[in-house]
Amino acid sequence: MKVSGKVFKYGDNVDTDVIIPARHLTSADPEHLKQHCMEDIDSSFAGNVKPGDIMVAGKNFGCGSSREHAPVAIKASGISLVIAADFARIFYRNAINTGLPIMECPEAAGRISNGDVVEADFETGVITDVTTGETFQAAAFPEFIGNLIAAGGLVEYTRKELGL
Amino acid sequence: MGMTITQKILAAHAGLDSVVPGQLIEASLDLVLGNDVTTPPAIEVFRKLGVDKVFDRDKVCLVPDHFTPNKDIKSAELSKCMRCFAREQEITHYYELGRRQMGIEHVILPDNGMVFPGDVIIGADSHTCTYGAVGAFSTGVGSTDLACAMARGKTWFKVPEAIKVVLHGAKAPLVTGKDIILHLIGMIGVDGALYKSLEFTGDGVKCLSMCDRLTMCNMAIECGAKNGIFAVDEMTLQYIFMTNPERVQKGAFKVYEADEDAEYSQVIEIDLAKVPLTVALPHLPSNTKPASEVKNMKINQVMVGSCTNGRLEDIRMAGLMMQGHKVHPDVRCIIIPGSEQVYRAALDEGILAVLDDAGCVISTPTCGPCLGGHMGVLAAGERCVSTTNRNFVGRMGHVDSEVILAGVPVACASAILGRVGTPDELMALRRKD
Repeated sequence: MKVSGKVFKYGDNVDTDVIIPARHLTSADPEHLKQHCMEDIDSSFAGNVKPGDIMVAGKNFGCGSSREHAPVAIKASGISLVIAADFARIFYRNAINTGLPIMECPEAAGRISNGDVVEADFETGVITDVTTGETFQAAAFPEFIGNLIAAGGLVEYTRKELGL
Repeated sequence: MGMTITQKILAAHAGLDSVVPGQLIEASLDLVLGNDVTTPPAIEVFRKLGVDKVFDRDKVCLVPDHFTPNKDIKSAELSKCMRCFAREQEITHYYELGRRQMGIEHVILPDNGMVFPGDVIIGADSHTCTYGAVGAFSTGVGSTDLACAMARGKTWFKVPEAIKVVLHGAKAPLVTGKDIILHLIGMIGVDGALYKSLEFTGDGVKCLSMCDRLTMCNMAIECGAKNGIFAVDEMTLQYIFMTNPERVQKGAFKVYEADEDAEYSQVIEIDLAKVPLTVALPHLPSNTKPASEVKNMKINQVMVGSCTNGRLEDIRMAGLMMQGHKVHPDVRCIIIPGSEQVYRAALDEGILAVLDDAGCVISTPTCGPCLGGHMGVLAAGERCVSTTNRNFVGRMGHVDSEVILAGVPVACASAILGRVGTPDELMALRRKD
């Protein structure tokens, strides 16, 4: 599967408090969460993001709170992929569990600029900055994680393990 | 190859003789935790799984502590959702507001004797890593992981590498576990231990109270760690005997020690005598400075409490610091005992009266202000010295507010001085009087 979209670029250590501030956690409804996604570091994000757009950030993306509302908010806002140099571990699990596509690629995270158009291929891990013509290779998922995604996520995997 | 404490605990819970870093395993769980923010989405996933009952009603722990006592109608609905689920599933360890064993999740689980050496615990809260203080492996997850763990009693882990943190010597009397962990985060950065264990060891450990150790493991997540863990010693054994003598007498726990030849990705040596009273300035926990270097920063609020610093030792320290002083006219000082037991002990010991006389607000146990929920949210331009764990943009309120992280002594000195300050300045204040 391939995705393509305009880039919203952020820096290092984007924490889950800015992805979705706790004052909005009284509801887990994706439609509610997406209205407030990124509002504390980019108040124009929710109004400007279009379906398919891509988020690119530096290292330790999604650090802080374990709130699963964070990947849910990003996904609901229309973002088709988050590319980062690396991800905080709870966010990494939560993104896989909630079906938000993520790719680890320090080179892409460093070179891609805000507003570029980027294409990515989930099968090959190839990321192309269409604006500059540069290509990058994202790290592959470990086999177990790949199988988990292929099985339809943790919920389907758990159902299978429970014989349901 | 030798194993670290964490690797041994994970191997045992995966039914394996040994594990290596990077290995993906499935481990059985001794306890699964959720709160009023993370459990309602987990319940939705649990329903989708099509399971009737949780794997073990004695091993699921549900604590409504974040937006409680409920701050608005929506948060009341979250609590109601969790309460109904707890009743339906006949969850043994559901805690209701006001009851003696209730409080902030990471304060009450250790104090109620729910976490033991060698246990594997996950919780849908990032500060679940707190329980490494008693020699358990514990880590935070999200709501889907919580749901699947409630259904199966198992979860997957990538076996972490470890950083060995060797603590030497003895700390200064008013330096606390908070200063030590902030100091370490300042050294290695907010991703300095990403995906790794922090294993605390060395001769300096013996001078750290359980309160210090709980605070330090609590903030392991703030440098990206999967968990923080202390080797079990005499103090740990005394603590678990005090909190759950029945389990100790049954011998239903196992103490693991790191192998001599365990491999560490990094070894960090810290001379405790050189750790200063430390603060983390906005907007990262790694943005640390000695408190004595930032005394010109005016403040509007002080908050003492949270899963990081809401234990009885913390509240006792607050009482000691505030005794005979008044909160500065420009400051609101909010004190939140971390549990009903802490609250009651502080009441019985006369500490709450001291704090009340000093002009502090004393709240019922809640996470409230730490995450900008309620009971002390900041306005634009306001600055708070807080004993909590995060100072991200907007963490405690308005996007233009600021949080400075500190231990209890610096927080209380700052409340009295109206700016960031240190306890030694209070002595001078007394002499002037």
